[in-house]
Parts: sequence; C-alpha cells; structure tokens
Amino acid sequence: MSAPADATAAASAAARSDALPRQPWNRPLAVVAVLTVLLVPLPLVLPGAQEAVAVRVLIFALLSIGWNVMSGFGGMFSFGHAAYFGLGAYTTAWLLVERGVSPWIGMAAGMVIAAAFAVVIGFLALRYRLRGAYFALATFAFAEMLRLWAIGSDFVNRAEGYHVPLLPESSWWYLQFEPGSPNYFWIALALTVAALVVSILFLRSRAGQFTLAARDDAEAAASLGIPVMRYKLTTMALAGAISSVAGAFYVQYYLFVDPDLAFGSSQSIQAILPAVIGGVGTIWGPVIGAAVLGPLSDVTATILRNPPPFLEFLQGRGGLDVILYGLLLIVIIRLLPKGIYGALQERWSRR
Amino acid sequence: MSRPAEDVAAPDDAAATPTTAGAARVPWARATAVVGVLVVAVALAYLQSGSGIVVSQAVVTGILVGGVYGLVAMGLTLIFGVLDIVNFAHGAFLALALFGTYWLVTALGLHPLVALAGNIVAMFVLGALVQRGVLAGAMDRPLENQLLITLGLAMIIENGLLLFFGADPRSVALPGDRGVAILGAVADLSRILAFAGALVLAGALFLLLQRTRLGTAIRAVAASSTGAELVGIDTRRIYVLTFAIGTACAGAAGTLLAPLVTIEPTTGAQFTIIAFVVVVLGGMGNVVGALVSGLVIGLAEQLGGLLLPGQSPLLAVFIVFVLVLFLRPQGLFGRSG
Repeated sequence: MSAPADATAAASAAARSDALPRQPWNRPLAVVAVLTVLLVPLPLVLPGAQEAVAVRVLIFALLSIGWNVMSGFGGMFSFGHAAYFGLGAYTTAWLLVERGVSPWIGMAAGMVIAAAFAVVIGFLALRYRLRGAYFALATFAFAEMLRLWAIGSDFVNRAEGYHVPLLPESSWWYLQFEPGSPNYFWIALALTVAALVVSILFLRSRAGQFTLAARDDAEAAASLGIPVMRYKLTTMALAGAISSVAGAFYVQYYLFVDPDLAFGSSQSIQAILPAVIGGVGTIWGPVIGAAVLGPLSDVTATILRNPPPFLEFLQGRGGLDVILYGLLLIVIIRLLPKGIYGALQERWSRR
Repeated sequence: MSRPAEDVAAPDDAAATPTTAGAARVPWARATAVVGVLVVAVALAYLQSGSGIVVSQAVVTGILVGGVYGLVAMGLTLIFGVLDIVNFAHGAFLALALFGTYWLVTALGLHPLVALAGNIVAMFVLGALVQRGVLAGAMDRPLENQLLITLGLAMIIENGLLLFFGADPRSVALPGDRGVAILGAVADLSRILAFAGALVLAGALFLLLQRTRLGTAIRAVAASSTGAELVGIDTRRIYVLTFAIGTACAGAAGTLLAPLVTIEPTTGAQFTIIAFVVVVLGGMGNVVGALVSGLVIGLAEQLGGLLLPGQSPLLAVFIVFVLVLFLRPQGLFGRSG
C-alpha cells in the first residue's frame, strides 16, 4: 500500500468522519488476498470440466466488476456493457490475427480503446443530460451500433468474426496453452483479482469517494465544488477498461469471437446479472453473483443431456439456463433487492 | 403544466397528458422538418441507387412495415407513459404472439386473421397477470428494478420458446397471399393487410384513450398518479389494465407480422430494439407520436439500406436513434422541457 493513497484515504475518511464511522478499508484487501491464496491450487484439484466452469465464473466476474464500477458505484445504469467487452475482444483478436501482435499488448490496447469509447459515450450522455431509462437506452444503442458495424465491415471480417490461430506449442507471450491447462485459470484469476483490487482502491480513493457523492446527489456534490462530469467520466473509463479485459481474455480462452458474441445484448445482460444477483454497488456482489450463475448453465446442460422422465421431451434443447437466470433475476429483485451480499451485509450490520 | 386545447377531450378529462400531447396540437414546423429530411433521404437514395423502382419499392415497404412498428411501439409507449416502466419484455410478448399464431394456424387450422382475435385476448390476459403478479409489487421501487424484472421476463419467455419449440425457423403462410402493385412497386398482400390492421388497431386504441371513461382514467394516471388517486381513480387497476392493453398491442402486432417474418424465439428481440427507437422518437408516452415515428423508422430502415450499402439497414435506425436521444430526448413530437 503506497503512502499517498493511504493519506488521501485518511483525508477523505476524516472529512466524512462526522457522518459515517470510519470503515476498515483494509479488510476487503485482506479477504482478496486470502481468497486468492485459497483459489490458486484449485485447478490442480478440480477435474478438467470443472476447471472450465471456474474460468467462466472468473470471466463473468471480471465483466461484472466493470459494470458494477460504472453502474453500482457510479450510479449510471449501463445496458450496453457488451460495447466494452466487445472492444476488448475485437482489439485483441484483430491485432493478433491481422498483425500478429501478442494478446497482452492487445489487451492493453483494448483497455485504452474501451476506456476512450466509454469517455465518448459518457461525455455525450452527460452533456445532453440523459438520465435513467434514456441513459440505459443510449448505452444499449451504442453497443448495438458497434455490433451492426462489425457485421457489415470488412475491416473486422464481417459477421464471420475471428478464430485465434492455433499454435503448435504453449506460449505465455501469445497466451495460448494446451486445452484445459491450469495456466488459463491462473491468468483469469490474476486478472480478476487485479480488477477487484483496482475497484477496492478506486472506492477508497478521493476519486471514488467523489464518484459516490456525485451518484447520491449530483447537485449537492457539484455545489461542494466536485467536478461531477470529470469524476463520472473517470468512472466510466475505468469500468470500460476492466470489462474490456474480460473480452480480451474471452477470445484467448474460447479462441473465437464474432459480432453477436462480442457486442450482442446477451453479453450486456451477462455483465448486469452477476452484480444484480450478488449486490449492486458492493465490492463482492459481482464475484458472488458470478459464482452463483457460472455453474448454473452446466447444471442445466447436464440435466438436459440426461433428463429425468418428466422432462424427457426437453432432451437436447437449449435455453433452460437462461430461463433460470431470468427467474433468479426476478426473484432476487423482488425478494432481495440489494442482492445476496447486500442482504447479508444488512443482516450483519443490524446485529 | 400547460394544458393544450383538446377538441376531443372527455368531460371529466383530468389534465393534458403525455399520451395526448401529440393529439392536441400538430407541431407543423417539426412535421415539415421530418418530411423534409425524409424527402432528402429519398432523393439521396435515388442518386445512390440510380433506379426509381428500387426507391419506390423501399418507400412502399418502409411505410407498410412502419405501420406495424408503430403498433408495436404504441403498446410500449403506453406502458412507459402510464407505468413509467421501460418494458424490455415487449418484444418477447411479440415473439410469444408469433408462436401463438403459428400454433393456432398449423395445429388448429385457423386463418391468421382469426388468430388475431384470440391472440389479442390471450395477450391481454397474460399482460394483466404479469403486471399483477410480478410488477405490481415493484411499482414504487427505482426504475432499474422494473427494467430488470422485465428483462428477466424477456429472458424467461424467449428461452421458454427456445426450450419448447427449438431454434428452427418457422413460417406462417397467409392463404391467398400475392403481390400487389402500388406506385410501381410490389407489395405482398400480407404486408398490406398487416399495415391496414395496424392502422385500424391504432385507431381503436386512440379512440379508447380519448373517448372512453377508461381511456380518460388512463390518461389521468399518466399525467399524475397521485392526482388521479385523489379524484377516486383506482390506480392499481389502471396499471394492470394499461399493461394488459400494451401487451395486447404486442400480441396484435405479433399476429399481423407472423406471415411476414421468420418465426424464431429471437425474432421478438429485434422488435424490442426497433420499438424503443420508435418510442423515443415519438416521445415516450405519446401514442400518436409512436405511430407516426413508426412510419419514419420504417422508412429510415429501408432508405438507410440504400444509403449505406453493405451495412445492416438497422444501422441507419440506430444513427437516427442516437441523434434523437441526444438532441431531442423528449422526441420529435414531444413538448420541450
């Protein structure tokens, strides 16, 4: 932990100390560290198929951590997070396939492009004061425009998308290993942990505190001299960058991307679901939600492969997993509107 | 709130409401501007394609499809205007009606137009049940909650259809369908029927809103739910009925569209997108605006296909959408502020 970060945190904590008790900020970081240590040996224990589930959980979490930064902490409801995921995926794939550039560099480039795109959308949306439903629809429209543009552009291989060329041997530089290699899990874990730490540090930073203030009451924050626009754009850029990493890793793990996978609305929904189910605007919400949702599609796939007698007619059909996602979403919103973690938190604090 | 003079106002009209704003005054300047832009687009499309027939085909198809877009969007905008819900399940309801039509036509051998009545009733009931059962409890919650609930509904309906019907594309044929020549272009009879049906239903909905006690109550709730409650309107009942009417619009549109589109579980989602564009363009809550901008979007889609060759025609629709969102979020025909 760097000293200046501590100093600003202490300063902002002191500024709020009248209203709020000082929060033990190091606890989340400690939990992250413990969890990381516990999870590292996981691929050595899990069978191969389970490891794929674990990797999917991590991609889910990474994408949703980005959504949560923008929509949970920033209070700007994004319905087009596929834009950032897709930009990360397409930048990496394009640089790798067309130019032979390492996915690591592609990932960094994707972060920059996604952050820049987020700033442009954010600037337009905030400049023209889009709120609530209008903001959500605008983000949705931008993601759809990217999808339609990708489908119609030779520049990105139209609707066919990209296959990542297979290498004869494993390579860290090209982020490719034999199928089922634990390296994939470790890289995904490292990226997710990094995103979590960034989101925790962001929240305790001056910028994060100002963002929360602007979320809770933009006018009051502005009247205290907080440049609301600048902090909202910073938040969106950070969120875009985090979610783009999920896209970049996705391409390297599944070795394929096309416009619907990258920019389709189901990707935007997958960014929202874990955070909403785990708890919007909490650090752990997206992670908990991803851990709940990730394995669900495997459970349903197993059920549909060998259905019990009363579900015989559904054998080999798809869609059950998304139905369960939808049911879970409605149940959570109606019964636990703060999500799983939010509800637990409330119960703890009441004691 | 300013109250525009309404020539068709019922005696106990509560206030000027978003759902009637377009009916009261025709914004001639803006209408002229929209028509002007469309004329320029037609001229550019002519220059780009160099063929009069191609352009007139695009215009005829655009208007015919646009009428149905308008009908889909009328239901959506009504729900938004009255319940303040961004209903992401609207397209899923439409898909449900598509499959309902398919089932009624293939399994029971009904004529698609007979299926229309059945579908409208079924979707009305479904809409009422959904509002009552799932949404009613979340009415006082933040906007995002209702949006996410309708999103969950859309996921359940769409994937339920996928689960039971599979992903194979299906189609419904209209008996006696044939091409009809209009203005040098050819349009299928089914398209013309869909357009006519959409106009008739839109007119019926307009009359319902303007001339009946129920319609007046709906407009009153849209203007102010607290005020409506104070004058003795059962707002919860109005919410249920409005959602049901909106869903029935999606059901009607689904039946009218069934002979025109490939019936797949995801077909509805495309219409959700277009319907949102139409709703925003017409001004959220403005029923007449929705019908007019349905036509505009139908034309934009067809002409955009000519102006941006090689790109999806929807791209033009989205460009229009984003411009409207930023420059006139209250819609082309909405009041400013």
